[in-house]
Amino acid sequence: MSGLRNAHVGDPPSHGGMGPAVGSRWLLARDEFPSLLDALRRAGYRIVGPTVRDGAIVYGSIRSVADLPEGWTDRQSAGAYRLERRPDRALFGYNVGPHSWKKYLFPPREHLFTLRRTDAAKFEVSVPEDPDPPMAYLGVRACEIAALNIQDRVFVGGAAVDPGYARRKARRLVVAVQCGQAGGTCFCVSMGTGPAVRDGFDLSLTELLDEGRHEFLVEIGTADGARVLDGVPLRPAEPSDVRAGEARVADAARAMGRAMDTEGIHDLLLGNLESPVWDDVGRRCLACTNCTLACPTCFCHSTEEVPDLSAERDERWRRWDSCFNLAFSELHTGSVRSTTPARYRQWLTHKLATWFDQFGSSGCVGCGRCITWCPVGIDLTAEVRAIRAAAPRPGPGAGGTA
Amino acid sequence: MAVRPRLAVWKFASCDGCQLSLLDCEDELLAVAGEVEIANFVEASSAVAPGPYDLSLVEGSVTTPEDARRIQEVRAQSKHLVTIGACATAGGIQALRNFQDVEEFRRAVYARPEYIATLATSTAIRDHVPVDFELRGCPINKAQVLEVIAAFLHRRRPTVATGSVCAECKRRGVVCVVVAQGTPCLGPVTQAGCGAICPAYRRGCYGCFGPQDSPNTPAWSSRLGELGLAPGAILRIYRTFNAAAPAFRAAGDAAVQEGG
Repeated sequence: MSGLRNAHVGDPPSHGGMGPAVGSRWLLARDEFPSLLDALRRAGYRIVGPTVRDGAIVYGSIRSVADLPEGWTDRQSAGAYRLERRPDRALFGYNVGPHSWKKYLFPPREHLFTLRRTDAAKFEVSVPEDPDPPMAYLGVRACEIAALNIQDRVFVGGAAVDPGYARRKARRLVVAVQCGQAGGTCFCVSMGTGPAVRDGFDLSLTELLDEGRHEFLVEIGTADGARVLDGVPLRPAEPSDVRAGEARVADAARAMGRAMDTEGIHDLLLGNLESPVWDDVGRRCLACTNCTLACPTCFCHSTEEVPDLSAERDERWRRWDSCFNLAFSELHTGSVRSTTPARYRQWLTHKLATWFDQFGSSGCVGCGRCITWCPVGIDLTAEVRAIRAAAPRPGPGAGGTA
Repeated sequence: MAVRPRLAVWKFASCDGCQLSLLDCEDELLAVAGEVEIANFVEASSAVAPGPYDLSLVEGSVTTPEDARRIQEVRAQSKHLVTIGACATAGGIQALRNFQDVEEFRRAVYARPEYIATLATSTAIRDHVPVDFELRGCPINKAQVLEVIAAFLHRRRPTVATGSVCAECKRRGVVCVVVAQGTPCLGPVTQAGCGAICPAYRRGCYGCFGPQDSPNTPAWSSRLGELGLAPGAILRIYRTFNAAAPAFRAAGDAAVQEGG
């Protein structure tokens, strides 16, 4: 395979003369994993992926395999996350952490443009140089692909296209990883978003790790994915390898830490806007915004002007904001949602119900971040259950959107 | 040059740290001086021009009968009055006296207690005169004080977030110290503004910016108890720089009720 390492980027890759067609599956030995990173870099991508920092597995720059969370996993429950050692040396043996890929597509703070006064009534507008190189997202889980699809619809799927998001989306390469386990707050099975990665990826990896075996099943999702594999020493996967990969995902599906009954959820929530559960959860909720900022689909933001003292120059910035902030719904007469129960209700009904009306799907992908990263451990699956239990009717009939 | 608005900076009971934050604006100070006439800023210059002033920045709390009179004079000479820092907006660390017997302190500390004229409480400027805007922090954030001055100059409301420190952690990508370490932290009930300095160094938030705009301290105190803090420890966490801010004062009082 060494000759392929020198092939020009963009040449049609070939492996054993079979050609890595979209949909084909290959094996990559663990010892050869660095060659995948090299190939991604050679193709011009900055690699971002999982890395251990400050007691959690977060997303950051990946320069070498040493940056990956080899041998680490996490234990998650409502309001608690702990890193733990694994008995093996898995590279991707963890569940989703506090970060999500949205930080790369929809940055926490983004400088949109600068205005400069040219005379008393005129301004000149300049847009900052785009600093974003093409990025390869390494280790994207099924629920996270669902989240990327949802945010894509929000930012570029409608009449108004967000130019920065569209630019970054066009330059992203999704290297998915199939889950081989599930976390204590995972419920992707309930939301129909996982754990199997089925589409929306350029490359998909399944870590096969047992009885001395450590390799990756690689599935090619797109021509872009095929192209970057140029020079990566792959060998064709056998049907037994594919079955081994599927068994890993089935293990994850059986290990979901949470479940949510989505039957008729749209009408359930919108039919119970005066449920006593809202006040109950509102007493526990801190209105701290952690759930929304950890959520991979929440997209609320504010724009703010940063003028200089002379008001000759002004920068417009966009920053993550949250429906849990009092000021977020402030109009000239005050905040529309002045109480915490009202804000929790706004969030949950949007996420699980009116999101269908607005974007044609649920806003929840079942990743569990809002449960784990809530400092007081509020669990939306439990709140939905409580609303269902407190509903005056046994439950809405058919006709819910879910 | 057009007539510049006249700025005054005043000190009451305080450590001067907020005034120093203003001086720490170094690069921007010349721009400030270009836009306003710094007429009275003793910490920076002994050249003091008499009032009235267009904008007064007030640091510190009221702890003496003399200062209770002086703040009235400052207000009378000031078109706009903005308080800067935890002392001026909540009474500061010295408001811990509000929960104790000041007479006893005076007798214990001073050889000639009769020389000491002090009030039983340390109170926020708002408790004495109308205040146009309150800038939080111990100390204040220099970008925020510049924003307040710019907003005053251009007659708009300052852009100062009033939500939690958690939002700053999340925007910075800081891993939550409560969830990932079980470290007690006041971030969820504290107003943003510092940039989440302490959690970024794996420490819990100390609450320097006082309560956020929707502080659910009862729920938070209950969680701090679950994390292993005894009522006395919960009391101490709230009784620091913003001990007398209403939400933190109430949370401290509740901890006392619990045996703290």
